[in-house]
Amino acid sequence: MNGAISRLAVFALVLIGALIVATTYWQAWAAPGLNDRQENAIERVAQFTIERGRIYASDGRTLLATNVPRRVGGKTLYFRRYPQRGLAAHVVGYSTQVRSRAGLEQSLNDFLTGSNANLSTVVDTTLDKLKGTHVEGNDVILTLDARAQRAALRALGPRCGAVVALDPTTGKLLVMASSPTYDPNLIEGHYAQVNRIRAQCDRPAALLNRATAGAFVPGSTFKVVTLAAALESGRWNMSSTFSDPGYCEEYGKRVNNYDTTRPFGTVSLHQALQYSINSVFCNIGKTLGPGPIVSEMKDFGFYSQPPLETPANERRISGLYKRGKPFEPRDSSQVDPGRLAFGQSELNVTPLQMAMVAAAVANRGVLMRPHVVDRVVSPQRKVVTRTKAEALGQVMSSRNAAEVTSAMQDVVRAGTGTAAQIPGVAIAGKTGTAETGVHGRNMTAFLAFAPVGAPRVAIAVMLENQSGTGGTTAAPIARQVLQALLARRSN
Amino acid sequence: MSGLSARNRELLNLVVVGALTGIGFASVYIARSETVSPESLTYAAFFVGVYLIAHVAARLTVPHADPYLLPLTGFLTAVGLTEIYRLNPDDAFRQGLWVVIGVALFAATLAVLYRDYRRLESYKYVIGLGALVLLVLPALPVLGKTVNGARLWVGVGPFQFQPGEFAKILMIVFLAGYLREKREVLAQGRLKDFGPLLLIWGGAMAVLVQTNDLGSGLLYFGIFLAMLYVATNRLVFVAGGMALFLAGAAFVYQVVPRVQDRVTIWLDPWPHADAEAYQLVQSLFAIAFGGFGGTGLGRGTFETLGGTPLIPYLNTDFIYAALAHELGLVGIAALLLCYMLFVARGFRIAMLAQDGFSKLLAAGLTFAFALQTFIIVGGVLRLIPLTGITLPFVSYGGSSLLANFVLLAGLLLVSNRANAPRG
Repeated sequence: MNGAISRLAVFALVLIGALIVATTYWQAWAAPGLNDRQENAIERVAQFTIERGRIYASDGRTLLATNVPRRVGGKTLYFRRYPQRGLAAHVVGYSTQVRSRAGLEQSLNDFLTGSNANLSTVVDTTLDKLKGTHVEGNDVILTLDARAQRAALRALGPRCGAVVALDPTTGKLLVMASSPTYDPNLIEGHYAQVNRIRAQCDRPAALLNRATAGAFVPGSTFKVVTLAAALESGRWNMSSTFSDPGYCEEYGKRVNNYDTTRPFGTVSLHQALQYSINSVFCNIGKTLGPGPIVSEMKDFGFYSQPPLETPANERRISGLYKRGKPFEPRDSSQVDPGRLAFGQSELNVTPLQMAMVAAAVANRGVLMRPHVVDRVVSPQRKVVTRTKAEALGQVMSSRNAAEVTSAMQDVVRAGTGTAAQIPGVAIAGKTGTAETGVHGRNMTAFLAFAPVGAPRVAIAVMLENQSGTGGTTAAPIARQVLQALLARRSN
Repeated sequence: MSGLSARNRELLNLVVVGALTGIGFASVYIARSETVSPESLTYAAFFVGVYLIAHVAARLTVPHADPYLLPLTGFLTAVGLTEIYRLNPDDAFRQGLWVVIGVALFAATLAVLYRDYRRLESYKYVIGLGALVLLVLPALPVLGKTVNGARLWVGVGPFQFQPGEFAKILMIVFLAGYLREKREVLAQGRLKDFGPLLLIWGGAMAVLVQTNDLGSGLLYFGIFLAMLYVATNRLVFVAGGMALFLAGAAFVYQVVPRVQDRVTIWLDPWPHADAEAYQLVQSLFAIAFGGFGGTGLGRGTFETLGGTPLIPYLNTDFIYAALAHELGLVGIAALLLCYMLFVARGFRIAMLAQDGFSKLLAAGLTFAFALQTFIIVGGVLRLIPLTGITLPFVSYGGSSLLANFVLLAGLLLVSNRANAPRG
């Protein structure tokens, strides 16, 4: 029998050996992936023993996220507090036990908990663990300007919409305000309250970051992209003339200007942008076809996930959409290029994307990568990482950018965007109004940058459910935010 | 072998285990000093005392028995007790009591059988019948209790008891006796000789399906096949048995929704992470979180901040996850190596035994121990579908602990006889 017994013994030992192999798989191989999963309640609760890093606005003093230590069952646990409440809720997000994490609290979790794979951080946290002291995470300093952020939220008021402001020369995100906002302190214990937040639109969805995940129709602000494509094609320059009958003929149908009662007659391309004449852009679109416009869009960052440090699922791709998915038309049979050219087709864009458009024009055609994290600092005050300005590409020649700028400047000086004027500051802008056909349901937009010549701010304001135009609704908000940003920076 | 006698070697090993137990309790105390009291440290001393009594009992009755099994058992119970203590001090007190009763039962088993355990062989049919009765008990209307979907318990007043754990041991004794007697004829493969075996076997399986306890079903069938193989040395029986088992499993899968759930969860738990698979998924998270070094005893995370348990049945079915979380890969691999050592020593005893009954008995008991470990830990690790059975000597639970002490006594009895100087 001993032969059979020894074979059985080998089998039994192999069974237990398999347990060692399987345990090794879960604890060594699969562990990093499992620890990152959103449904991981163990890790989520365990992280409360870590003193998460604090999150500051650009001044390094305004605390956006901090901790309150509390003794629970013999352990010191660190509960998250957001002293500025809704000020930057959509960027910072929240870290909770029952609702998991969102925003930078989610995407920067490794830095904030000190588990980033940076050698000195790993050594520090391991030492902390061995010493039995608690682990301290790294602090994060953002590029957001707290004062301007406050001004943006105040200007938005009860309206649904978003404001995004960038430093066009570096890509620093100065303002990212989404309205309605919410108080992240309520997520853990009073979630229902957050869902009840009301605002002037049908689906207020306070948790949605409209700045990066809202689906707005750009309306005439998109003409800046079409204009860039037109100039880059070499077929036209700013003094090329067009004749405006008040409408544009497409597939036998008339596409009207915003104001059909008085056609402009013969106009230059410069004037067409200044007065936002649909028929001119419609004809440019028909002549160019969708190809060059889509290719220009891609240069501006459309059709790819907008680069920012927030979680990927909180950032929406801008572009043409078909059945809920981004869609790239190959020829005129798949999209109406005339309507695309003035931003009235199935275009869905985010305010961040439109701010990138303004920023690229402002920065002589060079698009900078937008970023919101300025630096990460260890508990020992050492800088762990610092974000460097990075160019994403040249979207148009600097000469063409200057031409577009001059037309945009006339929009604010004596065109559709006069409401954005600030005495003593040269501002370039473009208005947009996307009509839904239902009164009070327009989507309005304004993008701008200032001061012309040495721009420090590029901004996009987009609003839902408006009865006015971009010039009357969005431009005044842009003015208030620009004032807050320029006042701070010129002193 | 060096000059040390088997029992002195055992004593020395027990001292090491006692020291480890002290360190274990001390580390729980340091990590959780606000919720546990310093008297926890006396647990270790008390624990060493109990095992010294077991040692003395072994010294008096089975002086030549294997010197490693008792210390290994001590170590496994100590690990279990420490972790249970860390999870819930009240449970640990009860478990400590069960260890005391278990050691008493261990000593009693040795005292009754040390002269010649082989006389059990003459009572094999009575024992087989006893096993069946124990298996049927929970299915009876008044006595039986259903816990967590499985009808495994017998309740008498405040006491609850899982007779199946003892049925397992009796079944092994019966099979050892029966197979020893019939092994030659069985090896020839005549169908009619399998009659009584298949009968008793069919009865046991029917009861298991009726009580909804699939982990035990797999365990019993595995033990049966293993002992049949040892007795006949014919793999074709094992293959035939496996085919039978798969057919049975397929049938059970069709008719019992609980089994379908378990299989679905096993194949892909992630879509069900919030519902049926919650327990398994969170347990995997707990294991993964342990990483190489673990969080340290007493420093793991098993509750929400409000004190609600994150993993139900943590100290019974999922104690492996708790240990893997706090001890890490290093610690849990060491624990599994202890199980391997126990199994290796058990099979060594079977090889050294001189008669067929003893060989079958030792091999059956050892394989039962190994397979039970594999079924529960394999279930937790998603190697096989999860079924709720206990981790021998470590999980919280009296019946299982007592039965395993009897199993240990059985192995020591066989070992003592094999090692005794003849003359």
